[in-house]
Amino acid sequence: MNADSPPLVLRIAVVSAALSVLLILSALLALVFGSTDTVIEALFALFRGAEKADPMAQTILWQIRFPRVLMAVLVGAALSLGGLVFQALLRNPLAEPYILGVSGGSAVGAIFGILLGFSRFPGVSLTAFAGSMATLALVLVLSSGQSILKKDSLLLAGVMVNAFCSAVITFLISLTQDARLHNIIYWLMGDLGQAGMQQVGLLAAMLVPCFVLFFALSHPMNLLLMGKETAQTMGVNIRVVTLVLLVATSFMVSATVANCGLLGFVGLVMPHLLRLLVGPDHRVLVPACALGGGAFMVLCDLLARVLPRQGEMPVGVITAMIGAPLFIYLLKRSGSDANRR
Amino acid sequence: MQTVVDIKGLSHFYGSFQALRELSFSVPKECFFIVIGPNGSGKTTLLKTLAGIAAPASGAVSILGRPIGGYTRKGLAKRLAFVPQLPSEDFPFRVRDIVLMGRSPHLGVLGLDRETDRGIARQAMEFTGVESFAARRLDQLSGGERQRVFIARAICQEPEILLLDEPTAALDLAHQVRIMDLMERLKKDRGVTVIMVSHDVNLAAMYADRLLLMGEGAMVSIGSPAKVLTYEVLEKTYGCPLLVDESPLGGVPRVTLVPRRYMDSDRVPLPPDRLDDSD
Repeated sequence: MNADSPPLVLRIAVVSAALSVLLILSALLALVFGSTDTVIEALFALFRGAEKADPMAQTILWQIRFPRVLMAVLVGAALSLGGLVFQALLRNPLAEPYILGVSGGSAVGAIFGILLGFSRFPGVSLTAFAGSMATLALVLVLSSGQSILKKDSLLLAGVMVNAFCSAVITFLISLTQDARLHNIIYWLMGDLGQAGMQQVGLLAAMLVPCFVLFFALSHPMNLLLMGKETAQTMGVNIRVVTLVLLVATSFMVSATVANCGLLGFVGLVMPHLLRLLVGPDHRVLVPACALGGGAFMVLCDLLARVLPRQGEMPVGVITAMIGAPLFIYLLKRSGSDANRR
Repeated sequence: MQTVVDIKGLSHFYGSFQALRELSFSVPKECFFIVIGPNGSGKTTLLKTLAGIAAPASGAVSILGRPIGGYTRKGLAKRLAFVPQLPSEDFPFRVRDIVLMGRSPHLGVLGLDRETDRGIARQAMEFTGVESFAARRLDQLSGGERQRVFIARAICQEPEILLLDEPTAALDLAHQVRIMDLMERLKKDRGVTVIMVSHDVNLAAMYADRLLLMGEGAMVSIGSPAKVLTYEVLEKTYGCPLLVDESPLGGVPRVTLVPRRYMDSDRVPLPPDRLDDSD
């Protein structure tokens, strides 16, 4: 017999440690670099023996960049995990909150909340959650006519619901004429820049329990990949596990959308990349996606801040430019897999 | 003899279609129990009801003396394992990890395995002869190897009852015999009760302690192969001409299909031989 793979706990620890280092390095990069060089210059000044750091640099570092980096970590972790959970639950490698229309549904809910004049929390968060649950239910019902396992019907249902959501969003926006318009459009494209520490804390309080829950259900997710019936005969309570995972995921996605708008394809990039690197076991993948997804989003946000000559671009543009080609590649590959069978 | 499965008046419906009609029978401990019958006769539905996947519409199913509804999923999985028909190859784990997953019902929610669990998994792999490709993935295996991996996983669950849905269906002759021998050894060495759905009447005749013949969701006949496999009953249930004589290995019936062009030929002994009921 071949050598045993290292014990699970060790694998989880090693992978988590490595990705934590990556996350910390990305966060340091994102704290130091940005649209102004004030922080770098202040650091150099400190190295050269300056008594105190430039107060301007301190403000930029702690008031602007720090909460923004934390926000990116949370959102990146949440969206990566969202993709991972959907892919396991629906047994479809292309499932992802944005592609399935769950993000779009949250956005519709959130815009309703904004236009009704609700505060961001809890009003808009709740309408966003309602929107995401409604679209998720719609997509599952639309695609279950045949079978959830059928990849095409699920994606098709997602595309239809997404198109409908975009239409509703455009409709709502064109009805309003006030100054909130520009904000809504910019937020829709995905924006991490608005966050203050209080908002970050609130989002963390909503997301971190979901992360813990996903880790607790990571082994049932492994068994689910074997098929629902087989998983049942191995002791998994399918109904409870599926319901809890679906509700928690759409809650998590709606919370990120209500705070940062639509960031597409993140849930596709990290789960697939990490599966290649650390294997298919969800007990390793859940912490890996949380840490790796966080790092990925921090780096994407850094690009969004640094690339434009003036101002910055919405980070959703970067994630889509990385993620959409990957989606096409995966679609092509799963198509040729189907042909091979 | 101890009864491990007891079914009384079991019925099941898919919409308005009645898949199972008032089934009543029991399976004794350490029995190799094989369910045969034509397509759509309710064999798989019966197996899924026993596995706790399909809920009975009416009737009582008790497993090891307890109603099946009284078990938690985990509790049932510790006593009863299920090998589905044509297990998926689209499962990205390595063979040894899949076999080890059989320990899940005995472990905590994260399924963290202990040294004893790895030992049980190794034994299950040796028993089924899959240890030589323990590090490979499912899509790199042949159908027979894949089937043995899923049987190893089920054995690793250490069940008292093992359910299998047509495990030999897509396999060549050598693999068919190998799987059936394995089941016989499992019964003898470990005292496991094996309940299997099969399409292969002759294979079933060679191995079964008890046969259940189903037709249109109802029980047609139950008992020893010699009792159940008579040409009148089989021809009526399957709706095709058959010849039943004794297997050259002796003791059990052999069923031969009769092509239409032989129907009037004197090469078919008519009336076909019948074996005595020696139950």
